[in-house]
Amino acid sequence: MKCRRCKAPAVIDVRRHNAGFCADCFTRHCREQVRRAINEHDMFDPDARVLVAVSGGKDSLGLWQLLRELDYEADGLYVGLGIGEYSDRSGDAARAFAAQRGWTLLEVDLRDTYGFDVPAGAQAIRRVPCSACGMSKRHVFNDAARSNGYDVLATGHNLDDEAAVLLGNVLRWETGYLGRQHPVLPEAEGFVRKVKPLVRLSERELAAYCVLTGIDYIVEECPMAAGNRHLGYKELLNGIEERSPGTKAAFLFGFLERGHERFAGDAVEEREDLHPCPECGSPTPGDVCGFCRLRARATRSIPVEAIGVQVPEATP
Amino acid sequence: MKVVLRNPRRELDVPAPKTVAQLLTRLEVVPESVLVIRNDTLVTGDERLRDDDVVEIRPVMSGGAT
Repeated sequence: MKCRRCKAPAVIDVRRHNAGFCADCFTRHCREQVRRAINEHDMFDPDARVLVAVSGGKDSLGLWQLLRELDYEADGLYVGLGIGEYSDRSGDAARAFAAQRGWTLLEVDLRDTYGFDVPAGAQAIRRVPCSACGMSKRHVFNDAARSNGYDVLATGHNLDDEAAVLLGNVLRWETGYLGRQHPVLPEAEGFVRKVKPLVRLSERELAAYCVLTGIDYIVEECPMAAGNRHLGYKELLNGIEERSPGTKAAFLFGFLERGHERFAGDAVEEREDLHPCPECGSPTPGDVCGFCRLRARATRSIPVEAIGVQVPEATP
Repeated sequence: MKVVLRNPRRELDVPAPKTVAQLLTRLEVVPESVLVIRNDTLVTGDERLRDDDVVEIRPVMSGGAT
């Protein structure tokens, strides 16, 4: 196979583009896709201070490097989640990546800062670990970006992530989530602007970019994510993609172009109902925000009954 | 040829098929879900394989539920 652009031997084939690329043309292709996503969705200005949430995995480290290659002022944020040796190796990968390049990496350890970790949080609320993990990361990302004066928080959600989330939201007709599913979540009272510049790149493209540019990322999967519903949706979509290349991109981009607007009103209504959490000040639709309820249960430092927490029962 | 699989890491010895694409088919691996790496270099599906090759099949799927 030859590179579509320069006709040198290809090292990666991208079926949805019906094309192969050599290493140089492929990394250029990745930069172009990120630049196009940023411009297409008006994500941030060239002089914005960007905080990239990094996990030590291919997507977040790849994103950080791509933004730097595009001359954005981007620093990293690593959150220690306390998931045993997996977190140790993830933190090491993120620190080594930043140190090798001389880039600034902020760190927040969930246990040191908030008194609990993801396994303890999941056990306390009797939900799957991804639930406690996602809730914690959303809170810490937002808090760290705001308190350190960043204009925007960038996450490594890629085309596959977004297509899988879209499939899950459609299967359950989660109209509020569909209204919020967009590469840009605008800033609002208590919320930093959040963007997903990798939305035009698949996770296979991100992995290839990391291999070709020498990024030493964590290949292993989070032990707590194994078998979760999100990964099941990805497998389903990959099966469809195998038979019909380009379907994932058509599904996601078609929604963003022609479907999202139909649900945006639901998301606006949800945001209008928010008010500051009495514990931490973050916007919440309830009395106490989800993160503070999680923290209270996990640390037991605040009597649960005192803040009126209602813990969902475990799903069988 | 030797095939290195990940998560968990393990190795297989298999007779070399003609191409990378045929290897993935034989192992029932969806090409969209992996990279194939030979001698630290990515290879495309039409690349020819030899019996003395060592090839890593690296999964690319990741992510929690959020």
